[in-house]
Amino acid sequence: MSLYALQKLIYELNRDPAVQDAYTRDHEAVLTRYRLTDEEAEALRRDDIGKLYILGVNGQILMHFAAWRGLSWDEYIQAMKEALVEHGQVRGGLYAAVDGGRGGAL
Amino acid sequence: MSLVFAGIMSHGPGMTARADRADPAVREPFFAALKELRLALEASRPDAIMVIAAEHFANFFMNNMPAYCIGMAEEYEGPIEDPEWLRIERRTIPGTPDLSRRIIDEVMERVDVAYAEEWKFDHGIMVPLSFLTPGFDLPVIPANINCQGPPLTPLSRAYEFGRAIRSACDAVPERVALIGTGGISHWPATPNSGKINESWDREFLDRWTRNDREALTCYSDEETLRDAGQGGFEIRTLIAVAGACEGERGEILFCEPIPIFATSGFAGLMQVGAGSLAKAA
Repeated sequence: MSLYALQKLIYELNRDPAVQDAYTRDHEAVLTRYRLTDEEAEALRRDDIGKLYILGVNGQILMHFAAWRGLSWDEYIQAMKEALVEHGQVRGGLYAAVDGGRGGAL
Repeated sequence: MSLVFAGIMSHGPGMTARADRADPAVREPFFAALKELRLALEASRPDAIMVIAAEHFANFFMNNMPAYCIGMAEEYEGPIEDPEWLRIERRTIPGTPDLSRRIIDEVMERVDVAYAEEWKFDHGIMVPLSFLTPGFDLPVIPANINCQGPPLTPLSRAYEFGRAIRSACDAVPERVALIGTGGISHWPATPNSGKINESWDREFLDRWTRNDREALTCYSDEETLRDAGQGGFEIRTLIAVAGACEGERGEILFCEPIPIFATSGFAGLMQVGAGSLAKAA
């Protein structure tokens, strides 16, 4: 149930250059400030945008984070598509309800 | 003085970030319609522009999400996104705190609106401004309706928010322009980005041009999610503009699906009404 904390971390990264700098210097130190599951922390460590989508991060938060992590538009869309194939449908959050629960699956 | 301009337009970040990837045969007439919207805005000689937007977790988060919020800062910064990604340079945009405050006071007579003295603009405001006030020099009054996720304000309340904004504009001496910006049907930030329900869009805009309050506000959120995607929740911004122009009719300058923009590109104008014109004379 820490999807809220995961999204809050990314929200704060998205809007605050100071948090971005701290994350760039020592991302582990930033991760420990939020009550994340091991799976969530690992997805962040690996910059696994697709997995973060599957875990339920709201797309509007994730889209900006993906851009900050250097993914091009096409790479970002592709990461979500590949994650749906690998992990199955979105597990939580609003996007789990999109497209009849398929989370934007094509 | 009053409301002197009312319009609607899409705000997809692709409109600036990926403009070069859109089919020119559709992009150029769309951008021409936005220019027409800008010329109409300029002809109305506004003192300020109020932007009713659907914020995307740039300022407001699930720890304290206002259904409605109006800004009253001296200045705003944007875009919050990577400027190179959005292709809009980061800058400071002037606010108008005194006018904002008076409008908020009036709106509060009818709608419990939150206020904000700090607000970083995301693409939802920066993209429309880049087309309508490309010098970013006209003072802005940002307004937000939570359209990102439930619990969502009912559509009937969004219409009422627009009516309250109209009363507020009519109560101040300044000339206020109003632009509502949101998607119609779209599935942004999903693998289905670019999916567009064109017939749904046209039906919605038809209801908007007729300013048919009943028809505009009868969609359930379940229906909208099914037929128009989670991005369809943003129709609240467009419904609010109709509320501000109750009894008047609108005109759609352009509406065509542009998948790389993740939405239909659209632009519309609504008459602001004889009452306001009489006051302007």
